[in-house]
Amino acid sequence: MSINVIKPGLATAIQDKGREGYYHLGIPPSGAMDQYSMTLANLLVNNDEGDAVLECALLGPELLLQQDAIVAVCGARMSPKVDGTVMPLDTSFLIKAGQTLSFAYPTAGARAYLAVAGGIDVPMTLGSRATYTLGALGGYQGRRLEVGDELPIGKPKKAAKEGQHLPTECIPPIEKEMPLRMITGMYIHRLTDEAIDRFFEDTWTVGSEADRIGYRFKGGRAMEFKPRQQPFGAGSDPSNIVDACYPIGSIQIPAGKEPIVLHRDAVSGGGYATIGTVISADMDLIGQMQPNYKTRFVPVNMAEALEARQLKQQQLDKVRHYLKI
Amino acid sequence: MLSQPIRYTFGGDEQLFAEISESMSLAAFFKSLGMVQAIEAQHIDGVLDVCLANASFQVRFNPDVIHPDILLAKVKALESMAQDQSKQRLDTRIVEIPVLYNDPWTHETLMRFRDRHQDPNSTDLEYAARINGLKDVQAFIDAHCGSPWFVSMVGFVAGLPFMFQMVEQAKQLEVPKYLSPRTDTPKQTLGHGGCFGCIYSVRGAGGYQMFGVTPAPIYDPKQTLSYLKDSMVFFRTGDIVQFKPIDRAEYDRILEEVENGTFAPKTQAFTFDLQDYQADPEQYKKTMMEVLYVD
Repeated sequence: MSINVIKPGLATAIQDKGREGYYHLGIPPSGAMDQYSMTLANLLVNNDEGDAVLECALLGPELLLQQDAIVAVCGARMSPKVDGTVMPLDTSFLIKAGQTLSFAYPTAGARAYLAVAGGIDVPMTLGSRATYTLGALGGYQGRRLEVGDELPIGKPKKAAKEGQHLPTECIPPIEKEMPLRMITGMYIHRLTDEAIDRFFEDTWTVGSEADRIGYRFKGGRAMEFKPRQQPFGAGSDPSNIVDACYPIGSIQIPAGKEPIVLHRDAVSGGGYATIGTVISADMDLIGQMQPNYKTRFVPVNMAEALEARQLKQQQLDKVRHYLKI
Repeated sequence: MLSQPIRYTFGGDEQLFAEISESMSLAAFFKSLGMVQAIEAQHIDGVLDVCLANASFQVRFNPDVIHPDILLAKVKALESMAQDQSKQRLDTRIVEIPVLYNDPWTHETLMRFRDRHQDPNSTDLEYAARINGLKDVQAFIDAHCGSPWFVSMVGFVAGLPFMFQMVEQAKQLEVPKYLSPRTDTPKQTLGHGGCFGCIYSVRGAGGYQMFGVTPAPIYDPKQTLSYLKDSMVFFRTGDIVQFKPIDRAEYDRILEEVENGTFAPKTQAFTFDLQDYQADPEQYKKTMMEVLYVD
């Protein structure tokens, strides 16, 4: 049994927790950009937390259910609709065979996660079902969904219930302006002191080039790199370095103009100086930023980054406890 | 030779980044490789991936399993062991990659993006020949395929090798990247930026100058060719690549072999010894070619 894709939406793809261990070959983790919301959706339908879901960006898909299924939608505020009737977010509900699931436009956020009891059951590639579009790998034939795709649904391992919902305090708010915490480092010593000050003072706006590879921000002042005799092999622009690894979440500023934050489909390396890295706890926020959302970058230390990470895990523990999982 | 200390910096709470040297050299690459091999051999709990890049490396880790400071201490403790390893020999492969230089497909692409190039009135090859002080395109091609290359990084996108040519620094071919990246590059294009050569494993954006194309697939998630059965990514850091210029007829013949599944690049196992190489590079390269073309 399966789900039939009537309209694919803007950029709908199968995602999960992602794959680790292949970044050294240029294959990034991929997986849901908002891991927290993906996990919530899976918990609501009593799936394993790493089961595959649909990541629906901005304009959701239209899906025809070929079987009865319990589903839940979390993340962006894109209300699910069953045959046109609006259903609640962050709540599990039943769709019957022959009914159509569609989504309202997002009132907040950029990516909704649709979990189906049993999970989307495409084959694993390198230990994950996550789609890596650039490498035509994983997911449904290595690509985003298209009209006519038939998505197989797994057999639920544990019974799912309708009407499961979340404690309100465990649903993260999505604002049009959200600060992003980062640990400075990498090649930040290449920027002038004035440029570093400006980077943290300015408000940055999400540009139109914002996808799973990375988010480009604009609207802040240009930044200068310290002049130097470029090292051998680095290339001539002062923002160039000898091509090096890019951390997931790392921030680069090509030619000192517009910062780019790499996300879970990141290019694994390149020749631009990175100046720091967004902390793991705040990567989910980026996944919910629409173009024109705003941010300021806030420097934190490692202890604060690890505490933020812990706090998020405690939130999920609260949800598991609440749902008696 | 490389006496400066390794510079460590954290990439957020999930990556430890280490810069061996600001500038590229064979010594910096071998030191990075030694560190990566030493870290991998430890099988440290919580380490997800160890990535090697030219003159630096990165450890991706799960901070719930290993505290960043403990990981840093463990990595630093491996420095002395890695130093010894870098003196040792590297078990690797020599691979022959056929190349149609100055091919029609990269030519069509580079003509589409002339407005992003330093010199819109010449081709990438003409420009590269001129700024490297070579008399013409043929002289540039001769230099490009005249000495083998080390794969010093795999990445950017899935399976893309960065390569560093085994010639003295004064003879390294150097070109800037495009002023602004192209939105398109044919699959299996030979690119060059800074001192690095590359082979674009997939079609897509790119900023390197384009010199030719190889008919040999180097990345295939479907794994249809025999030499991609074990891994969908062909290249590994440490591989040695020798480019072989081919004409259009041979290109078409190889393409046919690729399509019917019989093609495999000529590959020989080889143990590379850095000290032997440095003692007499020209003689050592001759030896390597004898190994590659033994049959």
